[in-house]
Amino acid sequence: MRVLTHYLSFGKPRSLIGLWLGLSGLLIAIALLSLLYGAGDVGPSRAWQALQDLGAAASYDSEARFVIAELRAPRLWIGLVVGVALGVAGALLQAVTRNPLAEPGLLGVSAGAAFAVTLAILWGADTATLRVSVAQLGALGGCLCVLAAARLQGIGNDPVRLILAGAILSGLLHSLSSLILLYDQHTADEIRFWVVGSLAGRQLDDLVPLFPSLGVAALLTILLARPLAALALGEHVAIGLGHHPRVVRLLVIVVVALLVGGATAAAGPIAFVGLVVPFAARALAGPDIRRTLWLCLPLGPIVVVSADIVSRLVVPPSELPLGVLTALIGAPVLIGVVRGRRLPTL
Amino acid sequence: MTHDAPACERDATQPDIAPDMTTQGLSLAYGSVAVIEDLDLQLPAGQVTAIVGPNGCGKSTLLAGLSRLLKPRGGTVLLNGTDIRHQPTRQLAKRLALLPQQPHAPEALTVAELVRFGRHPHQSWLRQWSADDKACVDEALELTGLTTLAERPVDALSGGQRQRTWIAMAIAQQTATLLLDEPTSALDLGHQVEVYELIQSLAASGKTIVMVIHDLVSACRYADHLIAMYQGHVIAEGLPSQTVTPELVKRLYGVDCTLMTDPATGAPLLTNVRRTRDVLDGSAT
Repeated sequence: MRVLTHYLSFGKPRSLIGLWLGLSGLLIAIALLSLLYGAGDVGPSRAWQALQDLGAAASYDSEARFVIAELRAPRLWIGLVVGVALGVAGALLQAVTRNPLAEPGLLGVSAGAAFAVTLAILWGADTATLRVSVAQLGALGGCLCVLAAARLQGIGNDPVRLILAGAILSGLLHSLSSLILLYDQHTADEIRFWVVGSLAGRQLDDLVPLFPSLGVAALLTILLARPLAALALGEHVAIGLGHHPRVVRLLVIVVVALLVGGATAAAGPIAFVGLVVPFAARALAGPDIRRTLWLCLPLGPIVVVSADIVSRLVVPPSELPLGVLTALIGAPVLIGVVRGRRLPTL
Repeated sequence: MTHDAPACERDATQPDIAPDMTTQGLSLAYGSVAVIEDLDLQLPAGQVTAIVGPNGCGKSTLLAGLSRLLKPRGGTVLLNGTDIRHQPTRQLAKRLALLPQQPHAPEALTVAELVRFGRHPHQSWLRQWSADDKACVDEALELTGLTTLAERPVDALSGGQRQRTWIAMAIAQQTATLLLDEPTSALDLGHQVEVYELIQSLAASGKTIVMVIHDLVSACRYADHLIAMYQGHVIAEGLPSQTVTPELVKRLYGVDCTLMTDPATGAPLLTNVRRTRDVLDGSAT
């Protein structure tokens, strides 16, 4: 009994597991909703009936079945993967730059990926696999550019100025992408919906090429979590504890590029998820990167999938692109964080 | 600690005797600016060594070189006769702990969580947390008197308690050598004494301590061995009572003083400290 009361009164381990289970339950509920609700004719009750019939050999409502299995389910899966990737990438990038504002969409990572994909499509690449690697290379390039610029200027310690450097690069890359699209009708058609970020019209096949690199990213994240947590104590302390800060930082940036490039290749650039998700995770679980990462796993998909549901419902019968919606939600959060009593130090 | 809990024992592969740390022809530089050139130094085992000197004399640079934070431009730092640069940094972290100046703990991190970081060099990804680690953390908390504060956030503690927490992290690392960069800067007198007495007790338990400190009086009071640096050179070293002279103080800091012996401890005591006249005239040497 004493052990039990001790365990229950003992703060963090229990609450982390509790939080994680609670959030996972919420995610399952939201995932179910995303199968039930959509912009088209198939409403929740028809969808619910069709879901129950899914196991049966023959369905009474083949339209509903098609909508769920071929349209909504792939969208859900991609939303789950993209949500995890962007949430984790944001948490990692914020830990490695020790900057609570470092968000892949703001640091030129997404813009680098998008620009690279635009170039690749312009030059005739159309296979999904190629698109993923190109996006990841672009993400790496964008990220390194901004971090190098920040280092050259010695502004690494000022959270807002690092974001400024990222915004400048993002703006430049977006303009270049637009310029390419103006001059090339084919590329423009191919990419129009993609550049704003959306889960609509994606197929499960779009997801398969992501798996190898996401697997590598997951493995590296598990290996890097401990040294990254030590890095939060300061570079010299981390060296004193036997870590290699430079190697860790470089590998984390590679992981971020793999995750963001992959997510961008699958769903287009989706901003602010990488800001909002780690922010919420830290608020719930404290600053340790290992706890933050755990909570990002359910929180990322919760944000992306629920934003996707809202994006289908706000302007029926058409859809609001997800990237637009996350920006509408994320921008006020960013302003709130910057204007907050003080920036949390990481 | 309960009776059957595993004791915190030093890694069997580590030598029992306190290690000796020496430098041979050590040259350290920041970019193109040479700070220390061709320095031979011997740091006595199992004692508290204090490195003192005026601002910019190279004492923190020397500590950075000793702790592998700064790659030597020439020469070597030897720990037990092995060049520290030839040891994997994680192996070295089992022999040599390091506490930088005014480290900063992330918000809301608790004392126990911070001290657990000290076990990192002994853990691997496959062996994340063992009973041995727990014993070492418990022992470190006990040695630093922090057991009852273990679950408190570090940023809610007093300055002295906070610094004791960082030292506890270094203790949990179970190294024979501990390097500290100005462990008492920004602490008030009571907290300074709290930290110095802890450092002394660690040396008494066999650890080799090397610390950079600003305050010459505290160095005399708490160190067994004094190293006085001036413009990148060691100009005097040895027992504080035999090393500190009015001439040395004048050369280091440009002040005149009267030297007395602390009747309570026998340590040298500086009184009547005042600026040397010829410094004011601009001809110090």
